[in-house]
Amino acid sequence: MIIDIARFTAAEQPYWDELERTLAKLETEPGLRMSLAEVERLHYLYERCSADLARLDTFSTEPRLREFLESLVSRAYSQIHETRSPLTIRWKALLLAFPRAFRRHLDAFRLAMGITIVGILFGWFAIRVDPQAKAVIMPFPGLMGSPKDRVAKEESATTDRLKGVRATFSAELMTHNIQVAIVALAAGITFGVGTLILLFYNGVILGAVAADYLGAGQGLFLAGWLLPHGSIEIPAILLGGQAGFVLAGALIGWNSREPRITRLRGVARDLFAIIGGAACLLVWAGLVESFISQYHQPVLPYALKIAFGLCELAALAGFLGWAGRE
Amino acid sequence: MTSARKSSLDIETPEGIVFSYPLATPMTRSLACAVDTAAWAGVAWLATRVANAAGIVSSDWASFLGVILYFAISIGYAIVLEWRWRGQTLGKRLFGLRVIDMHGLRLEPAQIVLRNLLRPVDALPLFYLVGGIAALVSRNGQRLGDLAANTVVAHERRREVPDLEQIASAKYNSLLSWPHLARRLRTLASPEAVRLAVEAVSHRDGYQPLARIALFADLAAYFRSLVRFPEAAFEGLTDEQFVRSALRAIFSPKIS
Repeated sequence: MIIDIARFTAAEQPYWDELERTLAKLETEPGLRMSLAEVERLHYLYERCSADLARLDTFSTEPRLREFLESLVSRAYSQIHETRSPLTIRWKALLLAFPRAFRRHLDAFRLAMGITIVGILFGWFAIRVDPQAKAVIMPFPGLMGSPKDRVAKEESATTDRLKGVRATFSAELMTHNIQVAIVALAAGITFGVGTLILLFYNGVILGAVAADYLGAGQGLFLAGWLLPHGSIEIPAILLGGQAGFVLAGALIGWNSREPRITRLRGVARDLFAIIGGAACLLVWAGLVESFISQYHQPVLPYALKIAFGLCELAALAGFLGWAGRE
Repeated sequence: MTSARKSSLDIETPEGIVFSYPLATPMTRSLACAVDTAAWAGVAWLATRVANAAGIVSSDWASFLGVILYFAISIGYAIVLEWRWRGQTLGKRLFGLRVIDMHGLRLEPAQIVLRNLLRPVDALPLFYLVGGIAALVSRNGQRLGDLAANTVVAHERRREVPDLEQIASAKYNSLLSWPHLARRLRTLASPEAVRLAVEAVSHRDGYQPLARIALFADLAAYFRSLVRFPEAAFEGLTDEQFVRSALRAIFSPKIS
């Protein structure tokens, strides 16, 4: 059986046009608040178009008209059946979304920290047992030399080696570290294996550097050099790892009866908040590393640098642990 | 992930209505991606040139600005455009593609950010090989970023009201001289065959001459097999004209 397409179109066209206009308005102004009468009218138009589509499915074969109605119904459906509240930018809520998301997935952060600690221990022992391993483990040529020589050189420097490139250096640090955090998150899609490898390797480097400098009796220099930026940078990379493990957890779905799609939908906003927060922290860490960490005693006393780093760490811990608690 | 790749994503509403989104093919997505890569690289190049101009004041801070702008554009290009253009970037818009939610719901900023932040993994080791393989083997043609964010990339449907004149209007139709037979044709014609005939008529000018003759011969044979019209009904009609007459008879309001 075939319906009279021309008559059907003529009769229903005004309703389709009205729905089209309403949807265009809603789509261009996502924050628009409709009155009760407008909402009821939208619902009526949606149901009417749905009925038209059903009628067309049953009685007609006109594919282009069907495409047009499907397009209208699908757009109306996405507006009417959306239960998640629209994401509006409220700065306070946005700021607090980060620590709240962090606390909701504390186990993933503990896992990220645990893997990094295992990496640190591995790097430590690798350097202690086989100092030749330094050539393989250390990622930067600047770390290849003797720690004692480096400390002596840094402390006796009379010129500023970063003069004229300080800001550029900070930008390179920021972008590189943010990329590492993003990769730590993205690697979660490999069921967490990629995130695990990245965090472990990061830990190995940290452990190796610590073993090298502490072994040479340069613990104070190491703390003064690493703490100002490391107290923010290392937790931020761990946060990237946390996001990666949250993603992996949603993919694997241990002890969850929900389908994968629902699990992933459930963590999307938290991942957004965590990685956004980590990126902000890394911008700060980049500035500190370039403008503070690279200056040593006597220009900047180690005690001051260590105190600064510890204060930052305490502030970060306080923010992540308590901000936005209800 | 399964190997049975679908060509469309079907969504059933609580009202029992089913609508579908035709899924984008990996090839179309690759072309859109190439356009986007060129677009963001162009914008980033322009931005760094502008930043370099600030070198008059301080070369260090100009370089800082250049690095930051390049990074922000490379990461933010797709995020900002997909957010502002509801699932489209320049490349997607050019090829009529759109990112949509797997459930047909509104696309959330968190989904947009997530699908784009997973690009580094999809892009491994070169030229989106991992993402391409994932799109080829996943049921809904999703790269890893889409799987994580619950999104798919679909072809945008045309939104204009269809022009029914081509089929529904009729000046003179010899088949309508036998209204009872035309009514019978309308009852017996299968929706699939009619849809095929409509598509054939709509695109008739794009076919090779021999293919066009063969296609309309098959369609005419099908319609003739359904109802036996008198010889006079076919007089002077080619197979193509007969198919058009049959369609007009099927959609004609005059015999309802």
